[in-house]
Amino acid sequence: MSDFEYANAPESPAIANIASNYGLFIGGKFVQPKKGKSFNTINPATEEVLSKIGYADKSDIDAAVKSARSAYLKVWSKMPAKERGKYLYRIARIMQERAREFAVVETLDNGKPIRESRDTDVPLAAAHFFYHAGWADKLEFAGFGSKPKSLGVVGQVIPWNFPLLMLAWKIAPALAAGNTVVLKPAETTPLTALLFAEVCQQAGLPEGVVNIVTGDGVTGAALVNHPDINKIAFTGSTEVGKSIARAISGSKKTATLELGGKAANIVFDDAAIDEAVEGIVNGIFFNQGHVCCAGSRLILQENVAEEVLDKLKKRMSLIRVGDPMDKNTDLGAINSKEQLNKINEISNAGDKEGANRWSPELKLPSKGFWFPPTIFTGVTQSHRIAREEIFGPVLSVLTFRTPAEAIEKANNTMYGLSAGIWSDKGSKVLWAAKQLKAGVIWSNTFNKFDPASPFGGYKESGWGREGGRHGLSGYLTAEAKVNK
Amino acid sequence: MIIDGSEKSLRKFLSELSPVDQVGAEARAAMLATRSIKTSSKAWAIDMAISMVDLTTLEGADTPGKIKTLCAKAVRPDPTDSTVPSVGAICVYNDMVRIARSELDSIGGNSVPVAAVATAFPSGRASLAVKKIDTQDALNAGASEIDMVIDRGAFLSGRLMEVFEEIRTIKELCGNKAHLKVILETGELVTYDNVRKASYLAMLAGADFIKTSTGKVAPAATAPVVLVMLEAVRDYFALTGTKIGVKPAGGIRTTKDAIKQLVLVKETAGDQWLTPDLFRIGASALLNDLLMQRMKLRSGHYASANYVTVD
Amino acid sequence: MSRIDVNKTYKLFIGGAFPRSESGRVYEIKGADKKFIANPALASRKDLRDAVVAAKTAQPGWANATAFNRGQILYRMAEMLEGKSEQFINEIISLEGVTKKAAQLQVSQAIDCLVWYSGWCDKLASISGSQNQVSGPFYNFTTPESLGVVAVFAEAKPSLLATVRALAPVLAGGNSAILIASENFPLPAISLGEVIATSDLPGGVVNILTGKASELIPWVGSHMEIDGIDLTGVSKKQEEELRLAGVDNLKRIFRFSNTDHPERILSFMEQKTIWHPIGI
Repeated sequence: MSDFEYANAPESPAIANIASNYGLFIGGKFVQPKKGKSFNTINPATEEVLSKIGYADKSDIDAAVKSARSAYLKVWSKMPAKERGKYLYRIARIMQERAREFAVVETLDNGKPIRESRDTDVPLAAAHFFYHAGWADKLEFAGFGSKPKSLGVVGQVIPWNFPLLMLAWKIAPALAAGNTVVLKPAETTPLTALLFAEVCQQAGLPEGVVNIVTGDGVTGAALVNHPDINKIAFTGSTEVGKSIARAISGSKKTATLELGGKAANIVFDDAAIDEAVEGIVNGIFFNQGHVCCAGSRLILQENVAEEVLDKLKKRMSLIRVGDPMDKNTDLGAINSKEQLNKINEISNAGDKEGANRWSPELKLPSKGFWFPPTIFTGVTQSHRIAREEIFGPVLSVLTFRTPAEAIEKANNTMYGLSAGIWSDKGSKVLWAAKQLKAGVIWSNTFNKFDPASPFGGYKESGWGREGGRHGLSGYLTAEAKVNK
Repeated sequence: MIIDGSEKSLRKFLSELSPVDQVGAEARAAMLATRSIKTSSKAWAIDMAISMVDLTTLEGADTPGKIKTLCAKAVRPDPTDSTVPSVGAICVYNDMVRIARSELDSIGGNSVPVAAVATAFPSGRASLAVKKIDTQDALNAGASEIDMVIDRGAFLSGRLMEVFEEIRTIKELCGNKAHLKVILETGELVTYDNVRKASYLAMLAGADFIKTSTGKVAPAATAPVVLVMLEAVRDYFALTGTKIGVKPAGGIRTTKDAIKQLVLVKETAGDQWLTPDLFRIGASALLNDLLMQRMKLRSGHYASANYVTVD
Repeated sequence: MSRIDVNKTYKLFIGGAFPRSESGRVYEIKGADKKFIANPALASRKDLRDAVVAAKTAQPGWANATAFNRGQILYRMAEMLEGKSEQFINEIISLEGVTKKAAQLQVSQAIDCLVWYSGWCDKLASISGSQNQVSGPFYNFTTPESLGVVAVFAEAKPSLLATVRALAPVLAGGNSAILIASENFPLPAISLGEVIATSDLPGGVVNILTGKASELIPWVGSHMEIDGIDLTGVSKKQEEELRLAGVDNLKRIFRFSNTDHPERILSFMEQKTIWHPIGI
């Protein structure tokens, strides 16, 4: 045996100038919350407090919405589209310049591996601004009529799994289409949004076009219920998404909802097995499985199940779990104690219901929140681990005999966000892609994202699409639909 | 028995191999290339890489003098530092084998093997009779490793049994005297599916090592090609219990490149392959870069090319 | 003595058949002249349930028919409607009390509307789909697909045109429909069932219920196998009720303006994005 153990390769936290406390970003300035309340954000890998964050209540939300409305009426909606686009280009460029800082802060606040924040989250976030910057002065060619109009003030509530990237998914199209925004980052991951506020300042973005209000679910609800909001864009759980939909059902507000998923990842016997195994790993262990479109249900053709599982287990043994700041870490910390409890709870139900749990042998850090990469075999459709979104590094494995059975199992869920297909046969891939009831189909790949590619779900995975030409429509008035 | 020696069984086995998805394989190799190997692991990797180098000269202009210089370098890569290990082997054309062998023996390099490229290297375009004589000649001159090329023309036109028989024949000649490395020349096979198929074909026919390239064709030992070959030896071991070695050759010039190769080995075939018995790197310029990086790591400052020997 | 007319019994249209309401209930429809015209069925929640089962069963076949085929069938509906023009003109006159000329115009507009949507069936992916230029070795495209089962509340008047204008786009997108006919002006909608039954549209793709919208709305809103609602014909209050109940399965719910527009089709379609690597 060799001694080729990778020595620690930590990214330096020095580049992250995290302030000891942050106010709310309203009207282009950091202001203290009116009631002076605050909460701590911690590093989930160490449980150390990173900063004290202002807690926005109803009156702060009101101030933020007023600032956004005023910016909309006086500045942003009157500005030539070309100039609007140039601000977005500026933002994209500054994010690229400060990419490393963003990556470090994201990893500290979220617990995701620095490799992922560095190579995925931050570059994609900048790319979203770059992509949408180009749309700003081309909206009349986007296929939504010759005079598409912005909606006004958009309230946006984003989750903790991709804090900066989700911010980009929300803010970039909203601004490109001519709206102004009030965005609430997740309670556990506010830091990159506040860093983004600094970017807005550096870019000279007119005051009030982007407002960032930090807080918890109560803050989010206050934003959703504010009467002067024209549209809500939300990414998060189906449960909260539905409560938002209910809250606005009697109002004039429209909504885009990106909600939960329980994606099937189907491996046919003619698949490129080694790449399928990589895809399975990427599908469920990317970002600790904190991914709404995670490939959390592996559906294997029976005649290759043993081979795939054997390779998968060997591959899982190579997953490097630990310090998210180590450049060689593959699986970082679970974002919060609360989420860890939820993962434990559903996984324990898997044990009780008779599924077989397996994880590679590894030592988890003593501080912070951790869960090992885990698979359950012997899972049936009725098990909770096959039905509920776990939002953690836990994979449920089912098998099938015929292609029709695979599709039937894959579609047997209230969700419809994404699905994976692994087969070397083109006609079979297209057949399966057509049958699957999901908004994003990854064939012979998984968890790929791009600003040009629309993302969003069928069924109870949400309303509308984000990204690409289709995502723009959520921020523009419709021609034939009557506003509520 | 995986195959019974018939063409039919060979074809059946090779046709049932799982395909390789190009984009997926390249993405995996690219991800592994982001591994950050620092401090103690880097020191370990540099010494391991040195011991895996097949120090190579395969030029029409090779002379006995050049070969002797290379031998000195092989035995003591850094004359000022005796803790530097010897390289894995010297790799030369077969008319230089005798010179290399006797030079190595005379300077204390008895344990450094001499590898000869054979079978009408690099093109492989000669009759089997010539290839046999070529190989026998190298063996007679003292080669303990034979780096043969496969007949890519035969492989690409589907005459798989011909390729198989050639390898089997050369392996027979090698017997217990020499290890057989089979060069696939992956740059001419083009697809990863072909690389996987040729890897298995070579292993089934008796290769002790599968080697990417002659060094005369680009692209040569790209990371995804090596990944696919490492997967092949890993899976072949699971199937047969036999460990086959892998030798990337061509294009690996820097310490960074070499360490990436070792990462590929560790995270694909596994730690068991991290030995010169199962992994070699065919190279020439690489060795000096490894030595310079080694000096830097020990002294803490960047080294000068003036302090490593030019060969 | 003059001949006694043979009057039509106006029944429901479910799964390609014309049943009475399982409840046995009917209600009276009077014409603009206050004279009795018919006793259409007063559909119950169980009729709705049956209609949803029929719609759900028929939908995949309709969605998987080629777009060309769907276009032909919508066109066939236009042909059948043209052939039955007189009947519809008479129904419209007696119900709405409009002139013959106005009724004729309404029928011809309804026919033209069907022809217009017929032509959309095989062009939807071209105008609303896309190939997306992602930065990587992937082929990536987005294409619209049917949503599923859509409940349609059309405006009461113009009775035939509003019904066709709401129904045709739902069908063009490959969905099946539960048409809840206007309470006071239901006859053209019911007779449309006869057009549909002779147009090669598979049974169950369109189901027509008559009765009180107010009675059916809670069940439509909360039915977990209804995927979308066109509520153009309901009141503001009913809209709120439908939207609130529809949250349970996140129904796609829209109200449309009085126009023909491909957005009406696409509102009841889902955009699917497919990735595939490009390699050898």
